[in-house]
Parts: sequence; C-alpha cells; structure tokens
Amino acid sequence: MRFPKGPHTPGKVVIEFEGVNKWFGEFHVLKDINLQVRERERVVICGPSGSGKSTLIRCINRLEEHQEGRIVVDGHELGNDPKSAAAIRKEVGMVFPILNLFPLLRVVYNCMRGPSNAGGFSMAEARDRAMEYLARVRIPEQAEKYPGQLSGGQQQRVAIARSLCMQPRIMLFDEPTSALDPEMIKEVLDVMADLAKSGMTMIVVTHEMGFARTVADTMVFMDAGRIVESAPPERFFARPESGRSKLFLSRILSH
Amino acid sequence: MASRRKGIRLSWVDCIVFAALIAAAAYVSYRVDSVLEYRWDWSGIPGYLYRWDEDQQRWVANLLMQGLFTTLRLALWGIVLAAVIGVLFGIMRTAGRLFPRMLSRAYVELIRNIPPLVFVFIFYFFISSQVMPLLGVEEYVRNASAGTLAWLEFLFGPPKLIPNVIAGILCLSMFEGAYVTEIVRAGIQAVPKTQAEAGLSVGLSDRQLMRYVILPQAVQRVVPPLAGQFITLVKNSSIVSLISIQELTFLAVETAVSTMRMFEVWITVAALYFGVCFCCALLFNRLERRMAVTGP
Repeated sequence: MRFPKGPHTPGKVVIEFEGVNKWFGEFHVLKDINLQVRERERVVICGPSGSGKSTLIRCINRLEEHQEGRIVVDGHELGNDPKSAAAIRKEVGMVFPILNLFPLLRVVYNCMRGPSNAGGFSMAEARDRAMEYLARVRIPEQAEKYPGQLSGGQQQRVAIARSLCMQPRIMLFDEPTSALDPEMIKEVLDVMADLAKSGMTMIVVTHEMGFARTVADTMVFMDAGRIVESAPPERFFARPESGRSKLFLSRILSH
Repeated sequence: MASRRKGIRLSWVDCIVFAALIAAAAYVSYRVDSVLEYRWDWSGIPGYLYRWDEDQQRWVANLLMQGLFTTLRLALWGIVLAAVIGVLFGIMRTAGRLFPRMLSRAYVELIRNIPPLVFVFIFYFFISSQVMPLLGVEEYVRNASAGTLAWLEFLFGPPKLIPNVIAGILCLSMFEGAYVTEIVRAGIQAVPKTQAEAGLSVGLSDRQLMRYVILPQAVQRVVPPLAGQFITLVKNSSIVSLISIQELTFLAVETAVSTMRMFEVWITVAALYFGVCFCCALLFNRLERRMAVTGP
C-alpha cells in the first residue's frame, strides 16, 4: 500500500540545523549536523543505536543543548533567542521511547496539564481539547482511567494525544514503539500515519522501516554522530548510496 | 488452600517462644516485687489523669492529661511545620541553582550531626530571647479578644503557656524538618528523569513541573519513611520537656517525683505515648493503602 502523499506540499523551512556539534563530556555525539525540515514534511531518522538520532531530535526542543552551530526552530534560534525553552516546547510536541505518562493523573488529566498550566486555558476548555485529541487517537473511552490500567500501546497513544493537546506545529517521535510488544506497535503507527495525513510536520526516529517507507518524505540515515545519507525513501531503500546505510538496511530488512 | 487463614496455627517454635516470654515477664515482676520490694499502688493514678473540681463541679484534666494534650498539640503542629520545612528544603536540595542547594544542605547537615538535646538547648535560647519577642506572641495573646483567645486555647493550649508551647513547636519542627528534608529529597530524586522530560515537553515551567508532576510522585513514594519520621517526631516531642515545655514527659516527671509512684506513672505515660503513636501508625497505614489504590 502506498501512503497518499496527497495535498502535501512542503512549505517554508521550520527546523534548520547548521553545522551543529555536541559533546557529552569527551564523547562527540553530533558531528557537523546540517539538516532542513520544511513545513508538513515527514522526516524519518534511522541508524544504528548510539549514532545520535535521539540526541539530534532532543536538541530541537531543548532537552539537550548543543555546543556549536545554529539550530533554528520556527524562526527562533535556540540558546540565543529571548524566547524561552518553555515557549519553544509549546510549539514542539514530543513522544518518548519509554512509557512516561504521569502515573498519578487520570488519562484525561494527563492531556489537560499542558493546556491548562502552560497554555492558559480554563479547565473546561482543556478538558474539551483533551477529549477531542483522545478521540483522535481512538481511546476516548479510557479518559477516566489511570495510565497503569492501560496497555503499552494505549499509553503511547495517550502520550501522542498529550502532546497534540498543546497544538504543536512540529511533532517529534523518539522511537515511540521501541518499548511496545509487537502486537501493539501497529496501533501506534496507525495513529502516527493519521497524523501525517493531517499535514503535521513530523520527525520520527524509528526502526519501523515499513512505516518509514510509506510515510516518510525524507529518510535520514545517521551513523557515529553524522548524517551519512539523506534521500527520499524510494531512492534510500532501493539504492542506498553509502556502504554504511547498505549494511544497516541489509541487517534490519533481512529478517 | 491449606492455609486459608494465616497465623492461626501455632508451630512448636511459637509455643516455646511464647512460653519463654511469659516466663521472662513473670521473672521481672517477681524481681520488682520481692527484690526491689516495690509496693504497687495504682490507686492514685486515675486522679492524675482526671480530677473532680469542686469549684466548677465537673471533671477536669489533671497533670498527665494536660501534658498529653500539650504533647498532641506539639506533635500536630510539629508535623505540619516539619512537613512544610521538609518539602521546601527538600525542593531546594534538588534545585539547579547553587545557593538554595547549599543552604538546604547546610541546614540538614548542621542538624543531623548534633545531638537533639544540644540542638534544643542552643536553639531554645535563641528562640526565647530573639524569635519570640520578634513574633510578639506574648503581646498578641495578652491583647487578644475573648473569641480569639478561645480559638488560641483550642489550638495551642492554656493562654499563659502559649509562648512556651510555640517555642517548643519551633524547636521540634526545625529539628525534625531536617530529616523530612532528606526523605523528600530522596523521593524527588527517585522520580524518573523521563517524567520531568515529559512535563517539560508539554511546556510546563520548572515550578509547574515540580508542583504537578514531580512532587506528588515523590510524596507517594516516601509515605512509609515519612510515617516513621512523624511517629519519631511524636516521641521526640518529649525532648522539649528539658526546656520546660509542659508536655507529657515534663509533667510526668513532676507527678512521679511528687507522688513517688515511679513505675505506675511512667508505665501510664508509656501507655499514653504508645496509644498516640500507634494511632498515627494505623492512620498512615490507611493513607498508604488509599494512595496505592488511586495510584497506577
């Protein structure tokens, strides 16, 4: 099945990396990263573990700070702009590799926290919005449960709804299915595909190559802190240019 | 299926231990009776709990019960204040900025590393000579209207002892607050970092993150050690008897000395402390269970 690329017309650049370097102590984790992501573009980042994929996207919402180069998100240069990290984070949603809903809050309150505290909405408005997005991820009926009562896949869908409640312009997914049992992966990927259809700008770190093939506009392959290859999925999967990406693909596509 | 009800059947080990305990108790009471030649006389004790007041024509609390009420007030206010201090300093202890972290660390280490008695002696001097005049407690009580006075009496005990009780509360809560601080810090640090990241990623500020995400989870984690600390606080309230706060231990000393009924008075006092602390323990057990139900 081909994913309908549809009305999708990439717009202006919303995320730009220019010569970004980052170290963890002595470890050089990001090396000369140059990357542009346009509005409504879907970028999938793949690569072996430890290659800096997560660090790269965590730099976008300031969970990590880079030491060299420029990162511009939605017109604001990170670390240099008076606009605070909290303000950037309202524009950029994120879904994490592990299940990290707030365990003491019911599902609906998990989703309301952002809008009511950071977004300045009343509780009633926040609730309406939470229910709207819980319906989008197809679990409105779980709203009054606690996260611990949900399956991993459901929790991860709530996590997506929780991010969407801030109505971000950009969504980051950091291996959103890596903590899930195989039978739950599909429900999360389906929700992400829906989101892609709606025209959300997305950067996804994942090993789900089926998802990447159908949804991505651009594949980015990273290895040892560098972006080794960046290409449309058709070309990336059919004719990978670098030796490293060939090897990587042969390993994860062979089974 | 074999053991539908636990703890009903006794093994022979249980029987031996039980017999040994009874023998030990019998031996001790024999020694007290025959060797110490102690004459047990419990008859006066109830009178020191409650006495019949001829003038008012009603039962009024006597020394031991007055002491118990003061101890309860000390404990209650002490717990509240120690919890506030503990949460505040506990948060500061994990703060990103250096100054609050150092201040909190200094407070904790200072108090943890000197004996409670020594602390109480030093701190009481400071409080009674500096803090109490500054707060103007005595003046406030003296000028209070009858209505407020009734409230104050309910909250802090007899009006003329209020400055005394407040000094005791401050000593006790400052002291126990240091331990609560450490417990809260441990709780905060036990909350996974990913929770903070989740909170930040939906745009919460540091303060909102602490209040809505981190602190509730931290507190839930530390209910058992906190319960232990609060029960310790109730017991440690006896320390302030040394600075003449008229609580249970202080008045028990007076009663024991004046009546010469050492064992009877102290056993009664022990029973009273046990009752209070055991009730606290039951209360916290319930709280813990309830939090577990509403939790994940």
